[in-house]
Amino acid sequence: MHIPDGFLATPVWATLDVTAAPVVGYLARRAQRGLEQSKVPLLGVMGAFVFAAQMINFPVGMGTSGHLVGAALLAYTLGPAAAGVVLTAILAVQALVFQDGGILALGANVINMAIVGMLAGYLPYSLWGAGRWRRQAIFLGGFLSLLTSAVLALSELLLSGVAMPAAVLRISLGLFVISAVLEGAITLAIIQALASINPDFLRQPRSDGARTLGWIGVAAIFLAVAGVAIASAYPDGIQKLADATGISSQAKTLLRTPLADYQLGTMHSVWVRKAGAGLAGLSLIYGALLLGGKLLARKRGA
Amino acid sequence: MHHVVLDRWSRGGSALHRRDARAKTIAVLVFLIALGTAQRAFLPLSLFYLGILAAAILAAGLPIVAALKRAAVVLPFTAVFAAISLAAGEPMRAAALVGKSYLSALAVLVLVSTTPLPELLGGLERMGVPRYLLMVAQFLYRYLFVISEEAQHMRAALQAKSGTLKRTLWDRAKFGAAGRALGVLFARSYAHAEGIHQAMLARGFQGHFLTLSGRAFGRADAFFVAAALVIVVGARAAVEAWI
Amino acid sequence: MQPLVEVRDLRYQYDDGTVALDGVDFQLFPGETVAVLGANGSGKTTFVLHLNGLIMGKGSVTVCGMPVEPATLTHVRQKVGLVFQDSDNQLFMPTVLEDVAFGPLNLGLARDQAETRARDALAAVGMAHASSKAPYHLSAGEKKRVAIAGILAMNPEILVLDEPTTFLDPPGQNALVALLDELPQAKILVTHDVDCARALASRAVFFQKGKIAGEGPVQEVVARFNWDRISLQRPAGSRL
Repeated sequence: MHIPDGFLATPVWATLDVTAAPVVGYLARRAQRGLEQSKVPLLGVMGAFVFAAQMINFPVGMGTSGHLVGAALLAYTLGPAAAGVVLTAILAVQALVFQDGGILALGANVINMAIVGMLAGYLPYSLWGAGRWRRQAIFLGGFLSLLTSAVLALSELLLSGVAMPAAVLRISLGLFVISAVLEGAITLAIIQALASINPDFLRQPRSDGARTLGWIGVAAIFLAVAGVAIASAYPDGIQKLADATGISSQAKTLLRTPLADYQLGTMHSVWVRKAGAGLAGLSLIYGALLLGGKLLARKRGA
Repeated sequence: MHHVVLDRWSRGGSALHRRDARAKTIAVLVFLIALGTAQRAFLPLSLFYLGILAAAILAAGLPIVAALKRAAVVLPFTAVFAAISLAAGEPMRAAALVGKSYLSALAVLVLVSTTPLPELLGGLERMGVPRYLLMVAQFLYRYLFVISEEAQHMRAALQAKSGTLKRTLWDRAKFGAAGRALGVLFARSYAHAEGIHQAMLARGFQGHFLTLSGRAFGRADAFFVAAALVIVVGARAAVEAWI
Repeated sequence: MQPLVEVRDLRYQYDDGTVALDGVDFQLFPGETVAVLGANGSGKTTFVLHLNGLIMGKGSVTVCGMPVEPATLTHVRQKVGLVFQDSDNQLFMPTVLEDVAFGPLNLGLARDQAETRARDALAAVGMAHASSKAPYHLSAGEKKRVAIAGILAMNPEILVLDEPTTFLDPPGQNALVALLDELPQAKILVTHDVDCARALASRAVFFQKGKIAGEGPVQEVVARFNWDRISLQRPAGSRL
């Protein structure tokens, strides 16, 4: 599910990078506020735990086994903000050190797993985690977190024009559902084990901002499903959609105008625009990060 | 283990190793964007880019065959999609997927095997990435080894207890045992984190990490970035103009 | 003579109500090494964590004339160097040199001074050659030496060592005892290793249920509480 570089179309990865950057910045500040500064090692070691947890296989029968992915588990034990930070750190280390998942695609992977997938996993827990349906809520959380991440990744690939015949699409959706059931069951098994070791490991479900975030997660699930539906209806992906709505021609003029001022427009090749879009995306991320950081630093200083 | 080898590679002394982390990060981003957005004349371009990366690996004094093999970890994922594209009668798209994902992974590999991770994260911090996130990543990287070792012991213990894993269709007892093992691993990781925190406080930690190294972005680094830009972008312009 | 450490009627209770320390009185004088013996869970580790304010209970703890309280913590933690049982928890920086420099940097030393101190401390424990290595590449004995260097680099007056010889093989244990014996600081040695206590300590205190149940010369305390391993050799002449 870690999308490598080279799969996503430039508008897709650039948009997701620009979206992910401020959200991660927000989560980092929220986590930092919620836990004392001292808890930095805790988040890091929990990240290492998720890496290591993936070595322990759960027997599923018929000679196969599965392993934990961990977004929902982290959300229940560290809270959603800290879980988002840990998962982002995991994805960054995987992309850098293990070449698992791309660098330009990091924003996409962070949105899919660390943000939307994690929040989708947290939602049932925040709604029903304290009551009679606690076990079911925990299972459902694990299930939803994995399914959401997978469907989002799939829709991004389809939007980028990666060819996928209907049969392959159906098979992969089936596989996603199986892995999601497994993730739910593993998450539940671990949570029950943790509750018997020390109930303090689990965070009581909170109904404040986290629940709002959870609903955003659900909205994202619907968007993702809609994305898959649309993308499979238009196999050529975003290009057709963009042409139909006229977005792409507008985007082209937008991108061409500033470049023309610097005499680069005379080269008239497609890649200048494409590379320009990529660079613009990156500068946007960079700008958003710096601006967000500065604004918050000023707010805190005031 | 993979990250131990990378760690050793990254502590070399070549000119590439000595460049500022920011300079190398910018160069790799430029490379990734130029590669990722390429469409025309992809095959000659990717051969040329492979040449650039191979030259960088040799210049850094890294074992080239091992490095080329390591970057191949992306291929299994890519192969599935490439096969689908081939079946759909789009051989060029299949080639582009394989080429782009492999070369991107190789470029990142060159970056991390010439830059120790702490230095790389320090560079990212100075480029504006949130410090808190990077500190979490640094602790994660540091304790990967310790926690993984514990997980391996547990896996061995589980296998010793439950024998082979092929018996029943859905073995609740085994499933539960694996869950408990992970619960214990979680608790141990938590205890590690508390122990680390105590040890940090005991040595006067006051909430900020102070480090010894303070590498500066020098003229050689600026030159390196400029050269990388010219070579990477120039190569693509040349290839596309010729073919 | 003024004691370096003076503890009076120290009491501590965990959140769950377990009484960990139940009225401890203790003194440490310059130049001496005291072994802290006792069963697991008798309060030894809780006791030493009080000495540099990682936990604070009721009663008084004074270090080098300063009461241990939030306002004095920075100074107290410079005076009392705590070497933890699990070196992995103590060595968290990416390289050995950076880890040893962690303490001096926190004390506010400039980078070059901190680096000099770190290099000196590494030389003192015989680990100068490993300064650019990553801590997880080291053996258990080497990790312990580096952890001690990290404490020495802060120039403490008191060294507190929690189970320093666990995880070490016998030659490693001998080498560590030789190293500790050379260090001039006053030491508190929490240990199950009676041989190590005999080799280094001038006296011992024995913890039982959160109190010091007895103290005196090491051999005497060991004998009184029956704290030595019994001889496991087969009786002469027996056959299987």
